[in-house]
Amino acid sequence: MATTVGPKGYGVEAGRLYAARRVFNSSIAYILLVISIIPIVIGYAWLIIATFSYRTEGLLPIDADGNVGGWTLRNWAFLNDPAIWHVTLNSLVIALGMVIGVGFVSSLAAYALSRMNFSGRKGFLSLTLILHAFPSVTLLIAIFFVLNFISKLPALGPRFGYNTLGGVALVMISLDLPLGVWLMKGFFDNLSWDMERAALIDGASRFRVWWEIILPQIKPGLAALAIFEFLSGWSAFLIPFTFTVGTRVANLPVYLRQLISDTAPTNWNQVAAVGLFQLIPVLVFFIFTQEMLLSIYSGGAKGGT
Amino acid sequence: MKVELENLTKRWGDVVGADSINLEIQDGEFVAFLGPSGCGKTTTLLMVAGIYKPTEGFIRFDERIVNQMAPKDRNVGMVFQSYALYPHMTVFQNIGYPLKLKKVPKEEMQKRVQRVADMMGIGHLLDRKPAQLSGGQQQRVALGRALVKEPQLLLFDEPLSNLDARLRLSMRSEIKRLQMELGITSIYVTHDQVEAMTMADRIAVMKDGRLQAYAPPEELYDQPRTLFVAGFVGNPPMNFMEVEVDRENGDYHARREGFDVVVPPDRGEKAAGRGKVILGIRPEDVTLADEGVSGEIYVVEPLGRDDLIDVRIGDAHVHILADPTLRLKIGDNVKLKFNTHKVQFFDPATEDSLLWT
Ligand SMILES: Nc1ncnc2c1ncn2[C@@H]1O[C@H](COP(=O)(O)OP(=O)(O)OP(=O)(O)O)[C@@H](O)[C@H]1O
Ligand SMILES: [Mg+2]
Repeated sequence: MATTVGPKGYGVEAGRLYAARRVFNSSIAYILLVISIIPIVIGYAWLIIATFSYRTEGLLPIDADGNVGGWTLRNWAFLNDPAIWHVTLNSLVIALGMVIGVGFVSSLAAYALSRMNFSGRKGFLSLTLILHAFPSVTLLIAIFFVLNFISKLPALGPRFGYNTLGGVALVMISLDLPLGVWLMKGFFDNLSWDMERAALIDGASRFRVWWEIILPQIKPGLAALAIFEFLSGWSAFLIPFTFTVGTRVANLPVYLRQLISDTAPTNWNQVAAVGLFQLIPVLVFFIFTQEMLLSIYSGGAKGGT
Repeated sequence: MKVELENLTKRWGDVVGADSINLEIQDGEFVAFLGPSGCGKTTTLLMVAGIYKPTEGFIRFDERIVNQMAPKDRNVGMVFQSYALYPHMTVFQNIGYPLKLKKVPKEEMQKRVQRVADMMGIGHLLDRKPAQLSGGQQQRVALGRALVKEPQLLLFDEPLSNLDARLRLSMRSEIKRLQMELGITSIYVTHDQVEAMTMADRIAVMKDGRLQAYAPPEELYDQPRTLFVAGFVGNPPMNFMEVEVDRENGDYHARREGFDVVVPPDRGEKAAGRGKVILGIRPEDVTLADEGVSGEIYVVEPLGRDDLIDVRIGDAHVHILADPTLRLKIGDNVKLKFNTHKVQFFDPATEDSLLWT
């Protein structure tokens, strides 16, 4: 029995069908993704438009009578206020303080926990895990007493006591240390012992091994931690809000909060502008560092050999 | 430099890494630590290097106890199985690292690194990172790094086991030649007995953390002191079977069901009258003959140059090497001649040799 549709024709047909199905499937995925981010995109658009207008009822600056208009730079006038630069600097100091503080302490502590044998090591590890599980809100009162105590110390008081930037940074660093230590320990655990032994035999001291041989191996992890800490320091609110008074030591989020008054009417458009101002460095930062940030979850460091 | 280990022991809780090891290594000697996986070779080596602190016992370098000495003060060079190169440094920086730590001036360092690298045949690769090198090249860098500080003791921990067979062969002779030229006392850990036999002046065979034998390769091969050593050294491995040795008309007979050979008096005498003992004989010491012990071929394994033949004698099996052109088949009946001047006898209970103590 002769047939006109050979196996080849059938194959082409099936191939086409398959390709079409794939295009169809992936377009469904894209459509779903696009639909799901629409609200977020609208939110950002709204935020940006709001910062440049007198009023925003919808996405456009339209008043009750339907008149379009009212573009203004008024909401951005806060940039002329020295206070904003002061609080921005404070935010930066807290963020960098956390990067350095958490990065330094946790990479040393994690090295010891990962590589050295000492009594209480296991207990310490579980303890830090439990500490990390505590919501920091529950610790606020206790921390207040600690900061108050530090305030009374002669040299440290003015730098790390209550209502100081140092105090805020100190508290935030210690709250983030459990996370940092565990994260870095994971990176250290992944490194082979041989390299370290080789360096010791080559004549390095333990500290030099850590600094010259081990740290360079976990650079991706360290970078990820640094970014993470920078972001969390930059947008910190609860701790600075609780342990500072006035604008002298406030950071950006706290400044933002102060714009929202309970008694006077709030200029929401200005709030939006300050919010956007705070967001810009984060966005820029994130665009450049997202790849590194992701490596924090994939276990990071590529081992030697 | 002379190295001496005295009752050297390492324990982690219940785990025994090394168990009272006693041996001494002469200046310039090349010693191999041979043993199966987990027998404590690396543990012992790391104690010598100063990475592990001994639980008990002493390590002496030229009569001087170095138990408490830090690794960096011991002036040893070590080559690891994993190479353990520093991936973020170039080949030059890798080899130069020990010199940098010793604060050797830049120019001298440049010269010494270049000299070692040329000696290792990697002089043209100094600017590369380890990841850009082949396994063999990486191994040479590791070797160069161990040599550059002109150590008094070289430690190798299975340095060749990650290389392919052919490269392993050439690196083997290269390491041996280097060691002889430089005359540096060396300890070479391996679980490959051919490596140990071909390279070492003396071989320390280890098992379960204990030193089983410490002797030159030929002695280890011809006069194994324990059953384990006899079985571990040599390829294909030695044949073992239980026999009883009796004296009859002035001759010593080793007998079991379907097996009866006369053994030389000097060997037979030591095994006679003890009831069951273990007879050991290497495959190359059993040959096919026109008359002798009869057996049936059970398995034929072609090895290339020879066939490895499993011959069944009663319920015992004996492996022999035979010429492939004989075209022996499974089920063939053959007669075996035993070179009885090479038989070994072991006590089945203690597993110690009855001949060499
Ligand atoms: N740091 C350690 N903690 C606990 N036990 C260990 C440690 N290092 C080694 N051991 C144990 O000591 C024994 C000897 O280990 P070792 O590494 O010396 O073996 P090896 O002879 O080098 O084996 P391989 O040929 O596999 O490298 C093993 O049972 C091992 O599990
Ligand atoms: Mg080992």
